[in-house]
Order: sequence, then C-alpha cells, then structure tokens
Amino acid sequence: MADLKAIASQIRRDILRMVHGSKSGHPGGSLGCTEFLTALYFKAMKHDPKFNMDAPGEDLFFLSNGHISPVFYSTLARSGYFDVKELATFRKINSRLQGHPATHEHLPGVRIASGSLGQGMSAAIGAALTKKLNRENTTVYSLHGDGELDEGQIWEAAMFAAHHKVDNLISTIDWNGQQIDGPTDKVMSLGNIQEKFNAFGWTTLEMNGNDMDDVIAGLDKAKALKGKGKPIAIMMHTIMGKGVDFMENDHNWHGVAPNDEQLAKALAQLPETLGDY
Amino acid sequence: MLLKEIQSTGNKDTRSGFGDGIVEAARKNSNVVALTADLAGSLKLNQFIKEFPERYIQCGIAEANMMGIAAGLTIGGKIPFTTTFANFSTGRVYDQIRQSIAYSGKNVKICASHAGLTLGEDGATHQILEDIGLMKMLPGMTVIVPCDYAQTKAATEAVAEFQGPVYLRFGRPVWPIFTAGKPFAIGKAQYFSDGSDVTIFACGHLVWLAIQAGAILQEKGISVEVINMHTVKPLDEEAVLKSLRKTKCAVTAEEHNIIGGLGDAIAQCAAKNFPVPIEYVGTKDTFGESGVPTDLLKKYGLDTPDIVAAAEKVIQRKKNS
Repeated sequence: MADLKAIASQIRRDILRMVHGSKSGHPGGSLGCTEFLTALYFKAMKHDPKFNMDAPGEDLFFLSNGHISPVFYSTLARSGYFDVKELATFRKINSRLQGHPATHEHLPGVRIASGSLGQGMSAAIGAALTKKLNRENTTVYSLHGDGELDEGQIWEAAMFAAHHKVDNLISTIDWNGQQIDGPTDKVMSLGNIQEKFNAFGWTTLEMNGNDMDDVIAGLDKAKALKGKGKPIAIMMHTIMGKGVDFMENDHNWHGVAPNDEQLAKALAQLPETLGDY
Repeated sequence: MLLKEIQSTGNKDTRSGFGDGIVEAARKNSNVVALTADLAGSLKLNQFIKEFPERYIQCGIAEANMMGIAAGLTIGGKIPFTTTFANFSTGRVYDQIRQSIAYSGKNVKICASHAGLTLGEDGATHQILEDIGLMKMLPGMTVIVPCDYAQTKAATEAVAEFQGPVYLRFGRPVWPIFTAGKPFAIGKAQYFSDGSDVTIFACGHLVWLAIQAGAILQEKGISVEVINMHTVKPLDEEAVLKSLRKTKCAVTAEEHNIIGGLGDAIAQCAAKNFPVPIEYVGTKDTFGESGVPTDLLKKYGLDTPDIVAAAEKVIQRKKNS
C-alpha cells in the first residue's frame, strides 16, 4: 500500500509538470482521480504493457472523460507502456500524447479516442460484449466525470448495460461535484447519481476515491459483484485538485495550467518518489 | 454496348440485398455481429437473427450508444455491422462516428437503409440527402452506394472482408435487379457502356435510371459511357479520368444533394486533373417531402428524362466551349 501511495505522489508530480510544460491541460480532475488510476494499473487490473489492441485475456480500461489525459498518460508510462520521458511531449506538436487520448498516433495503452464526452461507456460495453462472446472471464472498467453525465448517451448506455446484463463491466463515476462552469448543482443538477444508476438496474457502491485503502477495497468489492447479471457502478467521491492545497475543490483548476511559481508551490507538497521524467 | 439490351432479371429492394448479404458474411466469418436500433425488420435481419442469435445485438432506439458499442466490439476482433435508417446512421450520430469510429480507426460497418427520396411517404424528416457528403468528409471512411439488390448483397459480403470503417448506403423501394452475377470490387468503377460523347457517372438507385437515359441517348445517336461509381470514396480516379479524357464532358446522377455527394467528388477529380463541363442530377440544396418514390424522383429532377436533358445540355456546353 505504501508503494501505491508513493506511485500516486509521483503521478501527481507528472500531471502538474505536464500541464505546466504545455501551458494547457486539465489538472483538476487528473489530480482527483490519481488514486483510482494508480490502484487500477498497479493492483486491480490484469494487463500487459506490451500493448495489444485486442488484449485477449486482459482486463481493459476506458477513460471516457478524456480531458483528464494527464493522469492516464502518466499512469500508462509509469506502468511501462512507454518511456516516461515522452510525458514531456504532452500536447506538443508531433506528439503521441494528444490533448485528449487518441489511437491515431498509436500511443500504447489507448484503445479508443475520447474527449467528446459521453461516449466511453458505450465503447466499454462493446468491449465487454466482445469479452463475453470470446468466453473470457475478464473485467472491463470505465471512468466518467460527473459533469459528463449531462450527456444523454451515458443514459442510453446505462439502460443497455442493465438490459443486456453486461455484468463484466465496472463503471466508475468521479463524483467531485465540479464541472467547467462551476459546481454541478449550479450547472445542471444531477440529483442522486447513485439512485439513478440503481433505478437503471445497476448494482452500485461508494468509495472515497482519494483514500488509497478505500479505493483498493472498493475495487475488490466491485470485482466480487461481477457475473451476477448486473453491471456495476462505483460512486467515487473525490476532491478536484486533490493533493495541491490551493487547487482543491476549486473548479477554476478544471482546465488551467499552473505558472512557474504555482508549480513550485504545488510540487513542494508532493514527494518525488520515482524520479521526475 | 447497347444499353437497351441491359434487362432487369427481377425486382427487389436493396435492403434485402443487405439482409441476405450479412447472412452470407456471417456464415463465412464468425466475427461478424449485427446491431440494430429497433429496426431489425426494416433492415431485413430476420434470417441473421434466426441463424446467429448470439451475434445479434438489439440496442433499442439509441443510435449514439449503438455506434459506441460497435466501436468497442472491434476491440477483440468482432466485425460489427450497425443497422438503422440512413438519417439515424449519420447525421444523428456524427460525433460518435467521428470520434469513436473514424478517428479511432475502428473496423465498423455502418449499414444505412432508407436513404434518399425513395424512402417516400415518411417525408423529409427521414429522407436524408446529405449523408454521402457527411460520411465522405471523414478521414479514412470508405463510402459505398450499391445500385441494386445483387450489388448490395455483394457489397455487404465484401465489406466484411475489408479492414476499416465503411459507410454502406442502400434503400427501401423495390427496384430492378441488373447486376446479378457481375463482379463487385470496392473502389473499382463498373462499366455499362463505352462511349465518346458524354459520360454518365451514377450511384445507387440512379444507376438504373442512368442506363435507361443512356439507352434513349444511344437511340438519338449519342455515344454515351455509363459508369456505376458505387464506391464514392475512395473514388476510382483512374476510371473517371480515363473516361473524361475520352468524352470531355460528364453528368453525375445520385439520390443526394448535389452539394457534397458523388457529383462533388467527380468535379473535384476533374478540376484537379482534367477540367471539363459537368452537369449534376441530384436534389438542388433542398429537403424532400412525402410522396410515392417515382413521383418524388420526377418532382425533384432525378428521373430518366432529367438525366437525358442534362447529357444533352452538357454536350452542348462542350461544343460551345
């Protein structure tokens, strides 16, 4: 567990240095989902960094809220999909690390483009159906922003997954209560997201997405619920900007890069554990 | 070749060609799966569902989700065929196709029925006349518009073997069958006659009307080349230019807005390589309306006499230039 927390600290440093380096990107949601991505790639998922798009026998992860690409890229690099030095090319010309994840430049670890919101749950369901058709007992994970739930396609997908008993799917909602224009309650009230998924026929559970022990326990619990005829949704409570005191709970850090001074102040709060890229 | 000698060997809707073609494709390849958005009957999937129930996925009336699921199914090797009307296969789900399928390079076959005016009585809400343009603008998308039952069946089988995203467009009405037994290859133009005065490039239902128009022109002593451009993208530029260098003028005929469709593709090819006068038969930047298909083709200027008139006009323009 200590190791996972150390990895998360390094990933947070990567996130901040990447968005600072390109003077653009989305640090807020990335920092909030760091424990989750770390736990997935370093503990929960069976996966092979020698990337194979079709991934027979592997668990799969789909990032639907593609704007938190910094945490995704850092996690992939730190788990061996590509050299961590490549993180320095984030959002720059001729890079495989596009602003939003893409397969077009063949970055290992990315299986579909995301960024235009609301599409990732459908893709994850499709991949989960293929796993079932191929008689695999593997798990497909997806991650969604709470603001992303404004998109109607999410609810089309939610209805489908329950109807077709896609019970090898674990979809996690990053419930931080923030979106670009402000708190979700002010922009578009989501109501009780958990009750909504329950009503759609999913099995749901909650976890604290910024407590590594709770994330590990939550993912274990979700996996134990697989194969029981219902898709599984995790309501993951997080703090946007987690780990950097002046970014926490402030939607203004959704999509803004820190300046030199802010970067130094932020990095001082996060131990360098694996060596900066 | 005398075009009046080309006879129809029967009448059937092109969508039935799709329904029969996907069964053949599924028998050959166990990775073929079919998705629909509550239009399995209209897309003639009955036999597929009977033979391959495990490989059939009902999505309900949720086309955006269907496109995303299709994209995801490709991961692990499935070859998904999405089925719904052309309008709901393209305009309604453009961003899903753009991001999850085209940009992501997914091997999805978007199969679209009830395209164009010949959908008929349902009217303009369902008669999409912009879909060829929408789809051909997407990088990496192959766009195929077969002309009859037999060619739609052949094209359906061919796209299953083809790697990459495809838009396959067909329709609702019963239409003459005239390509039975003829070879079909994606990206290869199909010749019905050789000529030296004018070329008629057509796709979809209008190929049959182009052959009728060509027969009338031949009776008038005009040497006409009728070419079926079933693959609108990638365009068989070699065939287009070979013909234009011979005839030095062309008519394009399609059940689509003249903006963005086959006509645009031919014109761009000509403008870049060998500029010649071109006349366009298609809808003139307008929506359709309810009516019997044949009446609609007449009213909107897509009928045989319209192709004849366009050919005569373009030959005159060539002479005047």
